[in-house]
Amino acid sequence: MTAGPKRARPSRRERFTGGDLLGEAVRGLAGRPGRLVLTALAVMLGIGSLVVTIGFAQTGSRQVEATFDSVAATQGMISERADPLTGDKPLPLPWDAAERVARLNGVVAAGTLSEIEVDTKRISAAPVFDPEAPPVAAPAVMAVTPDTLATVEGVMAEGVFFSGFHEATAQRVAVLGRDAAATLGVVRVSDQPSVFIGDVSYTVIGIIGSVKAGHGLLGAVVVPQSTARRLLGLAAPDELRLRLEVGAGPMVAAQAGPALNPNSPNDYDIALPGPASDFRKSLTRDVNSLFVVLGLVALAIGALSIAVVTSLSVMERRGEIGLRRALGATQRSVAAQFVAETSIVGLLGGLIGAAAGVLGVVGISAAREWTPVVDLRLVAAAALVGVVTGAVAGLAPAVRAARVEPATALQEGT
Amino acid sequence: MTGVDGIEPVIALEGVSRTFAGAVKVFALRDVSMRVAPGDYVSITGPSGSGKSTLLNVLGLLDRPTIGIYRLAGVDTGPLGDTARARLRAAELGFVFQGFHLMAKRTVFENVLLGMAYAPVPKAERQERVAAVLEQVSMTHRAAFFPATLSGGERQRVAVARALAKGPAVLLADEPTGNLDAQTSGEVLDLFGELNAAGQTVLVVTHDPLIAGRAARRMAMTDGRLEER
Ligand SMILES: Nc1ncnc2c1ncn2[C@@H]1O[C@H](COP(=O)(O)OP(=O)(O)O)[C@@H](O)[C@H]1O
Ligand SMILES: [Mg+2]
Repeated sequence: MTAGPKRARPSRRERFTGGDLLGEAVRGLAGRPGRLVLTALAVMLGIGSLVVTIGFAQTGSRQVEATFDSVAATQGMISERADPLTGDKPLPLPWDAAERVARLNGVVAAGTLSEIEVDTKRISAAPVFDPEAPPVAAPAVMAVTPDTLATVEGVMAEGVFFSGFHEATAQRVAVLGRDAAATLGVVRVSDQPSVFIGDVSYTVIGIIGSVKAGHGLLGAVVVPQSTARRLLGLAAPDELRLRLEVGAGPMVAAQAGPALNPNSPNDYDIALPGPASDFRKSLTRDVNSLFVVLGLVALAIGALSIAVVTSLSVMERRGEIGLRRALGATQRSVAAQFVAETSIVGLLGGLIGAAAGVLGVVGISAAREWTPVVDLRLVAAAALVGVVTGAVAGLAPAVRAARVEPATALQEGT
Repeated sequence: MTGVDGIEPVIALEGVSRTFAGAVKVFALRDVSMRVAPGDYVSITGPSGSGKSTLLNVLGLLDRPTIGIYRLAGVDTGPLGDTARARLRAAELGFVFQGFHLMAKRTVFENVLLGMAYAPVPKAERQERVAAVLEQVSMTHRAAFFPATLSGGERQRVAVARALAKGPAVLLADEPTGNLDAQTSGEVLDLFGELNAAGQTVLVVTHDPLIAGRAARRMAMTDGRLEER
């Protein structure tokens, strides 16, 4: 004779499936809408405050990033100081100013930048098509040192920038700014075009495509500083450009003067960025520490209220539990039904909380005239946290439900 | 195993006892043996506290004998785990309780449908079966009603329909008329008679000898002992 069960496990179309379980859970919840709203609301508060907190932090850091100008934070300039009374410039920058400050800690790159006064009508590209027609907007002429391009974070569109060789040997070479190249009709440098400054021709070796500082370079014919000194009468560098590490401004400012002229360190106009702003850090830290704790506390209260209210439901629904067992429900499926119910409550609370939280972030951002930033994954995570909270909160009541003695429960009347 | 007359019994108890431990040990069932063949209509009477509900709980797989063998529909239930017992209960047993245990927020139709929720009945057939059993208990016209709007007798007929829907091997009823007046009790008992006449195996537990009189086989319970009259 058989010792095991006579029947094989029934097929999906006959069995009490997960879908059936969810259906029963939904009906169980729908039977007590007041409790559903109450418990979902408790979860909603917790999830909502967490979403506001995290969403606000995301928005805030994005905002800081948007206002955080990396160019302003890293670009600096040193120039000779004019005498306030006479307007004289008694202490010119040394020719090797760039090399002197490049050695300092915190300096990423340094290069000089000088504007040279020439008769702009005498600047032209070769060949000259019509010597009578002046260029539409005559380019300026500027002199630089080899590291100037790196200092202003420039990018070449064509060819190359000057090397140390060009500077050391005062080569008759030129680099054109993007706009100057357009004005002069130079498109390519592969065929070694020339530009004329006065009667002297310079071989064009490159075209600058873009810069982040020193935008005047884009409209200029640029030559090496030593070349300008020899051929164009440059008396001294106009200004020294520096690119610094973030936050290095004050330190470099203190050392640049002595490096340029140990005898008279205070005679330069030093314009360097201030200390790094710690606004970003402080914002995220303040927001997180306070509201995350509040959100977690609210979530814990939500979980607790689910557990308490569901335990109450289990007591009231002993008859239903007994009936289900009599109809063939296993202890496990009774427990699963209660966990499913609390998970749905958690999911609802999570979704509504996420929606409320997003609205909160949008509201706060609007008040501060910020652009709200809410990661959609945050909403998904909020729903998931809600489900997990509900499931965990439902465990204890579910165990109580599974332990209900069907025989006793069924004799308790209706 | 087959019965004396060669037919496999739906229910076979052999030497079943059930004791409850406590300050004083309670012998709720003492060495009970019984057989119920397919199509039987059995009543079990006895005074309050004699062990009738305990017997029905054992038969309904809601409780286990302390000692003895219980075979349901040919299956020895002793070695079965809780899940297998739940599955056997879902497949073979229909319960009717004194308190009707209808779900207040569900219609008559949905309550009857719930009777098959855990049973091995193809889902495609369930709606039809509900309609059929509601017809059988003459409650078709109340299918969309909620239990609160029904009389006691009507509620119990819905509960009977819920138990019948899956086509159980045996219908187990514990004091099915305990909450009903004489008139409606009669209606429910008439229904049991009709069902039995149509081949349904019925086992009714009651303290009321009048009710017991309707059954073809009458058994009496006294102090945990069962004897056939
Ligand atoms: N779970 C239990 N624990 C202890 N004693 C019980 C339990 N269930 C029933 N009994 C006892 O077993 C005896 C039989 O009870 P029961 O089967 O309910 O009788 P009846 O249904 O005939 O009134 C009674 O003495 C009762 O007190
Ligand atoms: Mg009883």
